Amino acid sequence: MIILSEQIMDLYPLFNSLRIAAISSVIVFFIGIAAAYYIAKMPRFIKGVLDVLFTLPLVLPPTVVGYLLLLIFGPKRAVGSFFLEQFNVRMTMQWWSAIFAVTVVVFPLMYRTARGAFERFDENLADAGRTLGLSNTYIFWRIRLPYCKQGIIAGVVLSFARALGEYGATSMIAGYTPGKTATVSTAVYQLWRTDNDELALRWVLINIAISAFVLLILNWLEKPQRRSR
Amino acid sequence: MLYVNIEKRLDRYTLKANFKCEKDTLALFGASGAGKSMTMKCIAGIEKPDRGVIQLNDRVLFDSNKNINLPSQKRHVGYLFQDYALFPDMTVSGNILSAMRKLPKAERERKLSDLIKRFQLNGLEKRRPELLSGGEKQRVALARIFASSPEVLLLDEPLSSLDTLLKLQLIPYIREIIADFGGETIMVSHAIEEVRQLCPKLITITDGVTSIETNTEDYYTELKERYESLKTL
Repeated sequence: MIILSEQIMDLYPLFNSLRIAAISSVIVFFIGIAAAYYIAKMPRFIKGVLDVLFTLPLVLPPTVVGYLLLLIFGPKRAVGSFFLEQFNVRMTMQWWSAIFAVTVVVFPLMYRTARGAFERFDENLADAGRTLGLSNTYIFWRIRLPYCKQGIIAGVVLSFARALGEYGATSMIAGYTPGKTATVSTAVYQLWRTDNDELALRWVLINIAISAFVLLILNWLEKPQRRSR
Repeated sequence: MLYVNIEKRLDRYTLKANFKCEKDTLALFGASGAGKSMTMKCIAGIEKPDRGVIQLNDRVLFDSNKNINLPSQKRHVGYLFQDYALFPDMTVSGNILSAMRKLPKAERERKLSDLIKRFQLNGLEKRRPELLSGGEKQRVALARIFASSPEVLLLDEPLSSLDTLLKLQLIPYIREIIADFGGETIMVSHAIEEVRQLCPKLITITDGVTSIETNTEDYYTELKERYESLKTL
């Protein structure tokens, strides 16, 4: 144990986790907002169906999401075999394979927070903008988004926090290869499995510290700032 | 000239608005929920009537038979919302400038300083709407509307949310703005005293159906007589 604690800690899992979480958060930011915005305008029935579909990954076990993703990206499956044959790219077991998993798992968080924020938007402002001759694009970026800013930032932070912790789907589609696909969460499992308790504990503490920090930011963001609504 | 002849099915009744306004200030007078705001929203292109025609001067804004339905952006209708609908994330100047985005910069700046002066907003240019009083908000909203060069003014209850003192101060001011504007102005109101102050003519609207145009004073006299006779019963 004493010898173990002197070993230099390989920080690759932390780097990889942060990179995956950051990229996924950016992707989810755009598609989550787009989905929330366009779904609000759809007829009720389609809205209901899509809403269930988009929220499903939130409640499904991550292993089910992983399984479904392997059905698409697995080397013998439609998309997976296409990329393998055409570009000689294997879609699974890469560090970036985890981005698929994390994006799907985290998407509902962004989608739902953005939708909640959009629902609180005062549509009179958009109507007023239109009567003043403002384009819908201008209204969206300069009036609607700033109005919903707090909720949307909270959604991104929440997504990032959840992305850091994704384990189930990630381990199925990206596996655990030290220095390649290892993330903090998969490293903890592997280290624990191989009786490397001390190192596992260090990663656990790092993970708790980061998550707590992110949640602290989230709480700070959710405090009503100046404007009271 | 603003000509409106529209129908729209609503939950409680079918809106049937039919009136004409020519270089004048016309009040749309009725109880709350009678369809006043809905009529205004149809004119502004925020709501779509089921059928009918809306014409502003030589432009057809809406015609169900010809499948014409101009978007709000192209109608040039100046709509004063009841809650003013100022953009909360922009300053007073930003709100006014937003309506002049297509003008060249120099003209925009010149027009902005004109409007700031005309609507007595000096010193408030950098303020956010949340820090303005009710009267100030209304002036910003009006300045923003005039920045967009409207062809018709729609005022949705411009006085009802203000307290009495401010109302008294504002009436001559709004009267002056309407006179300066010179075009058609439609004002929605549920208070006959306000209508008498600002609009020589009115049409009433009851459960979505508009009446023929009457002189405000005639209507007021009639209303008063009816009220007097009720009192003597």
